[in-house]
Amino acid sequence: MKASRFAVGALMMAVAMATSAPASQAEEVNVYSYRQPFLIQPILDAFTKETGIKVNVLFDDKALIERMVQEGASSPADVLLTVDIGRVQAAVDSGVVQPVESDVLKANIPEAFRSPKGEWFALTTRARVVYASKDRVKQDAFTYEELADPKWKGKICIRSGQHVYNTALIAAMIAHHGEEKTRTWLEGLKANLARKPAGGDREQVKGIYAGECDIALGNTYYMAKMLTNEKQPEQKEWAESSRIIFPTFENGGTHVNISAMALAKNAPNRDAAIKLMEFLASDKAQELYAQANDEYPIKPGIELAPVVASWGSFTPDALSLDEIAQLRDEASKLVDEVNFDAGPQS
Amino acid sequence: MALEERLRSPKSIFPRLRATAASPRLSRGSVAWPLAAGAICVIAVMPLVSLGWIALTYPSASTWSHLLSTVLPDAMRTTLLLLAGVLAIVTIVGTATAWLVTIYDFPGRRLFSWLLAVPLAMPTYLSAFAYIEIWDYAGPIQSALRSLFGWQSARDYWFPDIRTLGGAIFLIGFALYPYVYLTARASFVRTPSGLLDASRALGHSPRATFWHVALPIARPALAAGAALALMECLNDIGAVSALGVRTLTVTIYNTWLERSNLGGAAQIACLMLAMVLILLGIERWSRRQQRYYQSARSARSIARTRLAPRHAALAIVICALPIAIGFGTPAFVFTKAALTHWDAAASGSFWIHLRNSIGLSTAGAALAVLAGLMLVYARHSTRSLMLAAMTRLASIGYAVPGTVLGLGILVPLAALDNLIDGWMRSVAGIATGLVLTGSAAAIVLAYGIRFLALSQGTIEAGFSRQSPNLDDAARNLGRRPHQVLWEIHLPLVKPAIGAAAVLVFVDGMKELPATLLLRPFNFDTLATHVYTLTTFDMFEEAALPALAIVVVGCIPVIMLQRLIKKK
Repeated sequence: MKASRFAVGALMMAVAMATSAPASQAEEVNVYSYRQPFLIQPILDAFTKETGIKVNVLFDDKALIERMVQEGASSPADVLLTVDIGRVQAAVDSGVVQPVESDVLKANIPEAFRSPKGEWFALTTRARVVYASKDRVKQDAFTYEELADPKWKGKICIRSGQHVYNTALIAAMIAHHGEEKTRTWLEGLKANLARKPAGGDREQVKGIYAGECDIALGNTYYMAKMLTNEKQPEQKEWAESSRIIFPTFENGGTHVNISAMALAKNAPNRDAAIKLMEFLASDKAQELYAQANDEYPIKPGIELAPVVASWGSFTPDALSLDEIAQLRDEASKLVDEVNFDAGPQS
Repeated sequence: MALEERLRSPKSIFPRLRATAASPRLSRGSVAWPLAAGAICVIAVMPLVSLGWIALTYPSASTWSHLLSTVLPDAMRTTLLLLAGVLAIVTIVGTATAWLVTIYDFPGRRLFSWLLAVPLAMPTYLSAFAYIEIWDYAGPIQSALRSLFGWQSARDYWFPDIRTLGGAIFLIGFALYPYVYLTARASFVRTPSGLLDASRALGHSPRATFWHVALPIARPALAAGAALALMECLNDIGAVSALGVRTLTVTIYNTWLERSNLGGAAQIACLMLAMVLILLGIERWSRRQQRYYQSARSARSIARTRLAPRHAALAIVICALPIAIGFGTPAFVFTKAALTHWDAAASGSFWIHLRNSIGLSTAGAALAVLAGLMLVYARHSTRSLMLAAMTRLASIGYAVPGTVLGLGILVPLAALDNLIDGWMRSVAGIATGLVLTGSAAAIVLAYGIRFLALSQGTIEAGFSRQSPNLDDAARNLGRRPHQVLWEIHLPLVKPAIGAAAVLVFVDGMKELPATLLLRPFNFDTLATHVYTLTTFDMFEEAALPALAIVVVGCIPVIMLQRLIKKK
C-alpha cells in the first residue's frame, strides 16, 4: 500500500541522515557556538588550513549550555564559544567547562579578560555605545547616568532590557552605584524612551534615521556592518544618519562586554581543542576577528578595521567582568521590577 | 443483518445520540492494541514528565515571589487576551470562509477553497518579520504616506504601531485560521446533506440552517481546529518577541536564559500546561452530551446555492482578504527580497538545507501519523479512561514552547545515550558516543512527539464520525481488530490521515526551536538557517530560504485540498 511504502521510505531517509553524522575518528574538533557560524567560519577555515584539523560547528543561541549538562560524560563538545560575560559565568556555574593551563593564552590575553583559573578566555570585546543623530544631537560626550536625565524625554531607543548586552550594562551600573540608585536610573531611562523596547540594534539605528528617537544604545559592530554594507545601500543610509559616541560611567570608563571561549568539561579531543583555542588567540585569528567582524580584538597591538578605527579610541571601564557576571541576575530582576520592557507609557 | 446491508441502511444517515454504554468492542480482542498505544503514550508523555521533574528538583529559589510581584500578572493577562483575540479571528474567519466555499457558488470558489489553506505554510515568525518591514517607517506604507502628505519625519504624523498586542493578535490570527478552516470545511463537506435539505424544507433560511444545524454538528471539528491554533499561538516565541509582546512564553525564556533559572522556567511552563488542560476540559465538558455519527454512504454532494453578483462580490472579498493578509503580503515581501538579494541569498548549502528540511518533515510526519492513528484507534475501540487521559496529556505538549519541549526530550534521550555509551565502553570497550541525541534521530522523534497533537486531533476528527456500529458489526462477523482498522476504518478516514500527514509535514518545515536544540554538528534545516541569519539581522540573506519553507509547505497543502474534494 502506498501509505506504508511512504512511511518506510521516510524512516529510511531519517536513518540515512542519522548515520551521516560525523564520526569522531579522524582528527577533528567539535565547537558548540553561541555565535553565528558565518562569523567564525573564515577563522575556523584558517585553522583547518594550518593544522589539518577539521572543525565541526553546532550553533544555537539559547540552550547549548543546558545541552552540554544533559549530554554529560558522552558530550562531543570540545570548545564552547559564547558571547556575554553572564553566559560565560553560567557555563562555569553549570560545571560544563574545565580549566586550561596555556602559556600562549596567558601571553596573548590580558589578565582582566580571562578567568584566573583558566576556565574562560575572552577573544574580542564590544563596547556598549550611544548612537546619536548627526542632525539633532550636538553633544559629543555622554555618561551612561545622564541617559536618565529628563532632557532626553521621548528621545531614546533601546532593545529589550532583558537582552544580555543590556542586562550586563545594568549589572555594571549596579556595581558602580548600588541597586537603589540603579533602579531610579532605570526608571528614568524608561521614562525617556521614545517607544517600547523591541527589535535588534539595527532597528534602533533605523529609529534614529526615522526621527523616532535622537539617541539609541547599541553595540559597535552592528553599526560597522551597516556602514560597510555595499549590497544593501539602504542600510548604509540609515547608519549614516547617526554617529558613535563612547559614553562613560561618571566615575569610570566605557562598558564593554566580551565574546569568549572555554574548554568543555568532557572534551573528547582535548589536544586539538587547546590547539584551536591557542589559534583563536593568535595574531592571525585576531586580525580576522578585527577585519572581518569589526570587533575589538583582545590581543593588544592588532590593527582595527578602518571603520572601527575611525570612531577613535576609548577607555574601557575598570570594573571586573566577574563582578558584572555576579550581578547579572539582580540586573535582570530589576528590569522586571521597573517593568522596563512595557515602554514609556506604563 | 449483514454488514453490507447495515451500512446501507438509510436510518444511519441521520445522527443519533449514542445509545447507552456501547459494548466493549475489544472484549474478545487481543491486548496488543492497548499495549502498543500505552507504549506510545509513555514515550509521548516523557518530555512532560521530565519537564515536571525539572520543575520539582532544579533549584528555583525566589522565582515566584519575584515573578508574582513583577511581570507574571501582566504576562498572564497578555497571554489570555492574545488567546482570546486569536480565538475570535481563527473561528470567525475559518468558519465563515469554510461555509462560503462549501455551500455557495461564486466565481473563483474552487480556487479560494484551496488557497484559503495556504497561510498554514507561512511560519508566524516570518510573517511577523514581514509585517514589521512593511509597517516600518522605511517601509512602503509609511513612505507612500509621507510623499503623499509631505511629512518629513516620524514626528510629523501618527501611525499605528504593529509592535503591540493588537498587532500580534492580527498577525497570529490570520496565520493560524487555516486550522479551523480545514477542520470546519471537512466537517461541512461531510455534513449529511439530508440534514441540510430537511432544514431548508422546514423553512429555515440558509443562515438559520448554518446556526441551528451545520454549526452544532461542526462544533467538535471547530473546537479541534481552534485548540490546535491556540496551542501553536501559546508556544510561539518568534513572533511575540519580535513584536515586543510579553507573554508567558517570553517569561519562561527570560527566567531560564537571562537568570539561569531553569527550574523556575519549567514551573511556569507547567502552570501554562495546567491552563491548557483546564481550557480543553471546559470545552469538552460543554459538549459532553453531543455525539454524531454517520455512515459511509451518506455524504451525497451538496447542491450549492449560486450567489447573486453583489453577494458573490462580497464572498470573494471575504475569502480573498485572509489569504492576502496571512499569505500574500508576507510572501510578496520575501519574494521581492529574494529577487533583489539573489546573490546574497543563493548559496551552495541551500540545497542541503532544503533536503534536510524535507527529509526531517517527511520522517516526522510518518512517525506522527502512525503513532496518532494507533492512539486514536486504540481509544476508539477500548474504553480505557487511563488511555484516554494519557493520550490527551500527550497532545498538550504542543502548547509547550518548542525549546522547553526539546529540552524535555533531550533529558531522557541523553540519559539513555549515556547509559548505552557507558555500557558499551565497559563491556565492549567501544565508545558509541551519543547515538540518539548526536544524530537526526532525536529530531525525528521530537517532531513525532511535538506534532502528535496535530495528527491525533486530525485523525480523531475523522474517527469521531465513525459509528461504533461499524466496529460491532465487523467484530461480530469475526474480523480481528487490525482487520477492522485496515478494512473498515482506513478507507473511510483516509482523508483525515492525509490531512494529518500534511499538517505535520508543514509544521515540520516551519519547526525551529526543537530542531535548533537537538540537531547534530554541521546540520541545518531551512528554518534553522533562516534563524541563524536573522539573529544577526541579516534579513535579506534569509529571504530565499524563508521563501523555500513557504513554497515547499504549500505543495502538500494544495494536494490536501484535492484529497478533501475527492473524499
